[in-house]
Amino acid sequence: MIHAVALGGMLYVLWLLLSGYWTDGLLLSLGAVSTVLCVLTARRMGIVDREGVPIRQAIRAVTYWPWLAWQVILSNITVAKIILNPKLPISPTLAIVPYTQKTDLGQVIFANSITLTPGTISVDMALDGILVHALEGSGIDDLMEGEMDRRVTAFEGER
Amino acid sequence: MELIVDLISWACILTGGTFLLTGGIGILRMPDFYTRIHAASLMDTMGAGMILVGLIFQTGFTLGSVKLLLVLLFLILTGPVSTHALAGAALTAGLRPKNTDDRTGGTFMGPMTHVAENDPPHPDLIGEDHR
Amino acid sequence: MFIAATLAILATMVLALVRAFVGPSVYDRILAVNAFGTKTVLLIAVLGYVTERPDFIDVALVYALINFVGTIAVMKFHKYSSLAGPPADRDDFADL
Repeated sequence: MIHAVALGGMLYVLWLLLSGYWTDGLLLSLGAVSTVLCVLTARRMGIVDREGVPIRQAIRAVTYWPWLAWQVILSNITVAKIILNPKLPISPTLAIVPYTQKTDLGQVIFANSITLTPGTISVDMALDGILVHALEGSGIDDLMEGEMDRRVTAFEGER
Repeated sequence: MELIVDLISWACILTGGTFLLTGGIGILRMPDFYTRIHAASLMDTMGAGMILVGLIFQTGFTLGSVKLLLVLLFLILTGPVSTHALAGAALTAGLRPKNTDDRTGGTFMGPMTHVAENDPPHPDLIGEDHR
Repeated sequence: MFIAATLAILATMVLALVRAFVGPSVYDRILAVNAFGTKTVLLIAVLGYVTERPDFIDVALVYALINFVGTIAVMKFHKYSSLAGPPADRDDFADL
């Protein structure tokens, strides 16, 4: 129930921001009707749960996203240097990176963080880890150190 | 004050344009599909992000900048998903990365299990014209 | 400044188109078209500032979503030859 309310509030704020109508009562109530319709449809689809509407993670994102953005900027500069280097010094590497997240949501966040960082992409989920393709071997080494894994596990929170 | 904001936004837009061009060059230079993905993700994150942040600085605190922020959010959330789906589909279809240091013990680099050894590769993977 | 950004985006789109034409594999082409779509979003947003018509941002917002759905749809269609998913009577898709 709390997830449905949170989803509805989020959708209504989105509607307000996108439409820009703050005063007209009729339009505001029509927006509310469409919001309720969306939430009802989502409930029928069975996606309004802890995984579909991650409230806790949304709050904790304040500390995780800036760190991720900084990592993305750093690895962007690394990859740009490789591309602009006339010799193209790449050493493609394929490896399985273990994860410590318990929930599917946490594993998705970890895999997406890996993909979002240039130089490493998650290709597939193996049994014991994420299959990662890296532009150079050092990218795999950084992932194996496990700082991103620790941070994602903290971001995921307790069960 | 306005000048400072203008300078910051111009710097952001210029950086974004530079990264876009770098990624475009990378898409052409990289030797195989899996390395090209890395160049494309360069454009998706830094290129798009910096240009949109520069535009947000130009707009100021209005609904327009909220919409730009939403565009950035959607791009960041959907980019990795389609990249991952694309790479996964290519690996499942049997496209193997070239010249790769394999640290998985060969699990993913061998021929596909349900494809006979002597079968020719699928035309999609070698780029034959199949008209 | 916006003109310079527009030119950079257009040049990148040309580079992505070249990759889409050269291939060689179908996944290279999908990757290039996906990148082309992302650049289109940026181009629409920047063009809104060049022509001083801020309404363009809404179009960019919608295009960002459509581009993602389009890429996934093309890949699904390529894999299953239909948008409905794997055919029920074929078990060679079971491991995908």
